[in-house]
Amino acid sequence: MRDIRRSGRRDSTRGERKYGLFQVISPSRSAKTGLPLWLLGLGVDRLRTDMSRLLALLFHQGVLDEQFLQLQQLQDESCPNFVSEVINIYFHESEKLLRNLRGLLSDREFSDYKKMGIHLNQFMGSSSSIGAKRVRNVCVAFRAASEQNNRAGCLRALELLEHEYCYLKNKLHEFFQIEQQRVLAAGVRYPIQN
Amino acid sequence: MARNGVISRRIRSDKIEGFEISAMDSQKEVHVLAVDDSLVDRKVIERLLKISSCKVTAVDSGRRALQFLGIDEEKKTVGFDGLKVDLIITDYCMPGMTGYELLKKIKESSALREIPVVIMSSENILTRIDRCLEEGAEDFIVKPVKLSDVKRLRDYMKREDKNHSENRGGTVNKRKLRETSDPSLSTYPSSISSSSSSSPSSSSSSVELDSPTRRLKMTNTDL
Repeated sequence: MRDIRRSGRRDSTRGERKYGLFQVISPSRSAKTGLPLWLLGLGVDRLRTDMSRLLALLFHQGVLDEQFLQLQQLQDESCPNFVSEVINIYFHESEKLLRNLRGLLSDREFSDYKKMGIHLNQFMGSSSSIGAKRVRNVCVAFRAASEQNNRAGCLRALELLEHEYCYLKNKLHEFFQIEQQRVLAAGVRYPIQN
Repeated sequence: MARNGVISRRIRSDKIEGFEISAMDSQKEVHVLAVDDSLVDRKVIERLLKISSCKVTAVDSGRRALQFLGIDEEKKTVGFDGLKVDLIITDYCMPGMTGYELLKKIKESSALREIPVVIMSSENILTRIDRCLEEGAEDFIVKPVKLSDVKRLRDYMKREDKNHSENRGGTVNKRKLRETSDPSLSTYPSSISSSSSSSPSSSSSSVELDSPTRRLKMTNTDL
């Protein structure tokens, strides 16, 4: 393991660069960064493993399916943030849909199941487009309840949907966080290697 | 049919003023019009197409698609088709005008009917698929759309190009054809026939007469 403090150039041309939460300091100073030392330049592989492990878990749980991998394939140097951009749009839209669904069902005299069906179709479509398998499946069940004008069933389905969506969002946030750390850690490597 | 339409269209384009006819150059890249009301899906399809070397215009409704293509329901005029769309890919379920209705409108338009239309849907409903194909859709993709789907579409167009340049005979289409014959055209042989009579020459071996999933006969190089 290299001692980061000793490697690299002594001049402070690198200076300090801020990356949001993380701060990278030139190697000549004692490393005081948002990332633990072992992550700087050395932990890229570890992070990559973490990302794979998280993804594998999500696949195993059926939370994500291969469409998510397809999205990753669409990301490259010319479009390096594609996945997170699309997912963020998905989050934004999904939360709006969930609010609408919640709003519809809070009305005791609710009867517009057709409208509910439209929201659900939208939610199903976007979920399937990003590979959110479990969320999509709950939407399918939800839609079935709505087609039967089953208000109680819809309420139950909505609870489950909110739960699944929350879980998905948390896990994806975690995934993007690790990815961001990996990018940073990989970036730090370069100056050190000279 | 397609060739007639394509030729007539080319003439129209030539005659429109201020219009760039560097058609041959600009046609190296396929221009796709994507129609989907879902922003997530638009982003994905846009990226899928771009990564497959297509130019993309994405709109959120059938109405906007028609406006882009130059037919507005209110105006009922055919605008110049200089925007040169080579393929239209549209979602089926959309508020307002569905993909199916958009397909019909496109096929009803003499200016646009040769543009291949592909329908996307999250539902794999056979009657829906059949209906779309009957109406003249080139293909039907079940969502979520993948790279392999887009690649297949591109292959369609490449194949049709190749076919078309080799295939100088008349072509057949179930649809009623628009009559055109322009003596000033020297690029194509004068064996172009108008009307819906079938006039297969020996080289049109790829033409299927009765199948709803007929192969596309147009070429995008003429657009």
